Amino acid sequence: MNNTYYGKLIFELSRPGRVGYSLPANKFDEKYALALSEPLRRQSGTLLPEADELTVARHYTNMSNNNFGVDTGFYPLGSCTMKYNPKLNEELCQLPELNIHPQTPDYAAQGNLAIYHYTQQMLAEVAGMSECTLNPYAGAHGELTGLMVIRRYHEKRGDAARVKVLVPDSAHGTNPASAAVCGLQVVQVKSLEDGTVDVEDLKTKLGPDVAAMMMTNPNTLGIFERRIPEIAALVHECGGLMYYDGANLNPMLGVCRPGDMGFDVLHINLHKTFSTPHGGGGPGSGPVGVRAGLEDCLPNPRVVYDAESGDYSLLTDSEEALGSISAFLGNYGVIVRGLAYLLSLGKENIAMAGKLAVLNANYIKEQLKAYYKLPIEGLCKHEFVFDGLREEFGGDHHEDGHVSTLDVAKRLLDYGFHAPTIYFPLLFHEALMIEPTETESKDTLDEFIEVMKKIAVEARDEREMVLSAPHSTPVRRLDDVKAVKEPKFTYKAL
Amino acid sequence: MFKYYPHTEAEIKEMLDVIGVSSLDDLYGEVPEELKFKGQLNLPSAMSEHEVRATVKGLAGMNEMVHGCFAGYGSYDHYQPSVVPYITARSEFSTSYTPYQAEISQGTLQYIFEYQTMMADLTGMDISNASMYDGSTATAEAMLMCVANAKKRNRVLISGTFLPAVLNVVKTYAHYHGVDLVVVPEKDYVMDVEAARQLIEADDVAGLIVAQHNRYGYIEDFTGLADLCHAHKALLAINNHAADLAVVRTPGEWGADIACGDAQSLGIPVGFGGPYIGYLCVKSALVRKMPGRLVGATTDANGQRAFVLTMQAREQHIRREKATSNICTAQGYMCLFVACYLALMGEKGVREVNELSYAGAHFLQDALLETGHFEKVADHEFIGEFTLRLKSGKAADFIEYMLETGVLAGVAIADDLVTISVTKKYGKDYCEFYAESAKGFFEK
Amino acid sequence: MAKVIEGLYYAESHEYVRVEGEFGYIGITDFAQSQLGNVVYVDMPEVDDEVTAGEEFGAVESVKAASDLFSPVSGTVVEVNEALEDEPELVNKDAFENWIIKVQLSDKSELENLLDAAAYEAICK
Repeated sequence: MNNTYYGKLIFELSRPGRVGYSLPANKFDEKYALALSEPLRRQSGTLLPEADELTVARHYTNMSNNNFGVDTGFYPLGSCTMKYNPKLNEELCQLPELNIHPQTPDYAAQGNLAIYHYTQQMLAEVAGMSECTLNPYAGAHGELTGLMVIRRYHEKRGDAARVKVLVPDSAHGTNPASAAVCGLQVVQVKSLEDGTVDVEDLKTKLGPDVAAMMMTNPNTLGIFERRIPEIAALVHECGGLMYYDGANLNPMLGVCRPGDMGFDVLHINLHKTFSTPHGGGGPGSGPVGVRAGLEDCLPNPRVVYDAESGDYSLLTDSEEALGSISAFLGNYGVIVRGLAYLLSLGKENIAMAGKLAVLNANYIKEQLKAYYKLPIEGLCKHEFVFDGLREEFGGDHHEDGHVSTLDVAKRLLDYGFHAPTIYFPLLFHEALMIEPTETESKDTLDEFIEVMKKIAVEARDEREMVLSAPHSTPVRRLDDVKAVKEPKFTYKAL
Repeated sequence: MFKYYPHTEAEIKEMLDVIGVSSLDDLYGEVPEELKFKGQLNLPSAMSEHEVRATVKGLAGMNEMVHGCFAGYGSYDHYQPSVVPYITARSEFSTSYTPYQAEISQGTLQYIFEYQTMMADLTGMDISNASMYDGSTATAEAMLMCVANAKKRNRVLISGTFLPAVLNVVKTYAHYHGVDLVVVPEKDYVMDVEAARQLIEADDVAGLIVAQHNRYGYIEDFTGLADLCHAHKALLAINNHAADLAVVRTPGEWGADIACGDAQSLGIPVGFGGPYIGYLCVKSALVRKMPGRLVGATTDANGQRAFVLTMQAREQHIRREKATSNICTAQGYMCLFVACYLALMGEKGVREVNELSYAGAHFLQDALLETGHFEKVADHEFIGEFTLRLKSGKAADFIEYMLETGVLAGVAIADDLVTISVTKKYGKDYCEFYAESAKGFFEK
Repeated sequence: MAKVIEGLYYAESHEYVRVEGEFGYIGITDFAQSQLGNVVYVDMPEVDDEVTAGEEFGAVESVKAASDLFSPVSGTVVEVNEALEDEPELVNKDAFENWIIKVQLSDKSELENLLDAAAYEAICK
């Protein structure tokens, strides 16, 4: 991490008269000069900066030095699967041959359509599903699409009474939010002490008004839901469908497929499990897979393959479909990256991804549980949750001035690591959720473990220093309250 | 091992010992045996780097390549300055996550802040969020905002002159969310303002969503609409083609409450439809109803200016089913494309781009009309995109014919209608070539 | 230790009602504000809106949390505490002094379903 701070905004580098572009000369006759009538014409100028090319290149390069990515260092952000983003994928998604217009007629876009179709088939195989749509733009968008598939399914059966969706209380916040956008009511199902679904509580909530149950397996605590066949049977018996939130698919790759666990619909995050970069908050890709019998519900446009003619085509206005959720075929560039990853791994290497991710997570957990509170013992899958520092290391949250999970996270930044996910899941007060992924070496994990131990000792012996961390990052701890109370969202407002 | 897995056999053994299990498979001891996948997945065998490249290139080779692209209809083949792909390739930006740890994410936070500033400025609104997925979903979210803001009203009007792809997405969101979405009919290739007025005067409308650059390429006139909406307690949302914003009356100047659309035309390649970036901007009063992430300025412990994600209490990870939207990951990285593009172009550049598109499109329209084989469908103003009727033959066949000359000539939007877009990439000579080639279709 | 005041009516969802004649002043308890941390925004209904016992009427936001407000009683909103629009932190300073809405009570018998100070104090432990 570069510790210098570059804090200028591009607007502050602007000098009247500078330009950073060159456009072709306007050779058209003067009668073609831009002339909009007064009501349609822009009335004000703009505040866009005026800058030369080097100023712009240097500006953004300097800014990149204040950023931390997977390429910079270890990024154990729980629930986000920050694995290595292979460079070959970046090269291939930018092939000029693939950069064609989305309104290109099908017969001229066979290559792009084939890539889409090939990728969706491979993902369906990995998930144990029949077909996938790759149109959803992100995980939450996939969830919304998946729930629309489910509503469309019930709608086509003439069953309008199914308005509830069951969600475990440990679920990602997106689950209830997606359900609400989809017009469904959320009913929470309780968790047992070990973090798994309370099947007895589930039974009391099943009925003819249940559209679906949304789950992730392993769950958000990194625990495998052993009773999943029973849960699926109960939900199916009452006429509901099982939805799999693929946020935690990574440890299951090639080991256990959601389709085989009894799920009917799922979404996958290409930007988690299939190595595409997170881009500081997107673009992601949230393919949705369905079991046989639900394919017609998938959104328009849908890529279909005619085995007889060998042609790919786009189905754009199927009445059976749920409607459409994207203008074109989703984040196509991300799909190409996902394909490159699948081809690189092949059937031989895919199962190892999950196993090594699980190995890495358990390895960290076992060595840190003497320092951090481990609420749930036993094997975890790709991630696990600590409930803050142990009391003997200053982590008693009943005590004033204790060292919180936030403080541990900030201190980690000083040591050149990204922090784990904090304060999620909500089941614990001081949640610290660690997901190392399979692409991290034992050397990196050992360094991380040593630093985490060291922070625990610091929390006990040099508390003030931890409470005021970070000390060596480009900027120090930020004033969150001021950001909300004196909101400034633009340069103009500064 | 495999190139993405760093573990040696010895290390795996050592790590298993620490955990206290004897094999990798034992790590899945609690998974019921009958759920485990037996055998190998039906996937291709692992490929070397060269083989993967060859395979993807081989598939890409099935496309018919063109040297000129006059298709628009929601995606525009604009020029991308070389600095944009160069800067955006920096992996410090691309391999980072959502900037939750602000102290080590100032790069991401700062470019989003710049993007927010630029989009708010271009649209004439107070606040822009940190991106939506695309223009269609941004428009759907604008509809959800209208309903959330009105509390007791559930009816939203949308102009029938939207691109069908956008209209379909908004209709889908409306159907499942339970919004009573009413499509305002078109009249003479623009929205029928009188029909909209009558619907709004019924006093049960939460909002009206209109397309300024409509599906035919025409720029619509919204004089009086904002006052009408506000007099009847409805919000006005204006969708625009982002590149146009430099020269057309802005949503802010029209008096809109929400501005939404796609910003692909600001430095992002056509890329077969994505990734693009949806923009959503609002007046200050609506900020807490706004979906998506927001970056704000604050200070750090040393009093230094710095940027941070803020107003998070609106979002799904805190508000769950009460959140303004379920959106979390959006298109953050694409903000960098837009910010970098606009930083290079500046006000002069974004204006010039429109001058070139305007000149090219009007020149090409004249040239095509002169062939005698096309006619105008209406006489409205436009910038770089327009629609013509073929006097004979089918639009789809015309597109197919032109592809053989290496030109994607436009989009066949109806049996006899073609919508054509001209960007700064295609100058006078190219437009002449297009018109000359077009004649061949009718005179063969 | 969070403050609890005698003579008010409390809901398990941590709102209180101070009754004055036919009106009730509704706010969040001192315990609730201490759990939330720095309050940065209070989302309030409008005057003349109806509120229903047990149902949501607004929300309180801190930097990293948001909590829905549930009305302990039914009635019509006659006043909202406009001071909170500019200074939401008043809720932290004194949650009982800085009520959120004033409601004309439509059914005083609902008050019997609420907790007294002692009972409320017990659930805050």
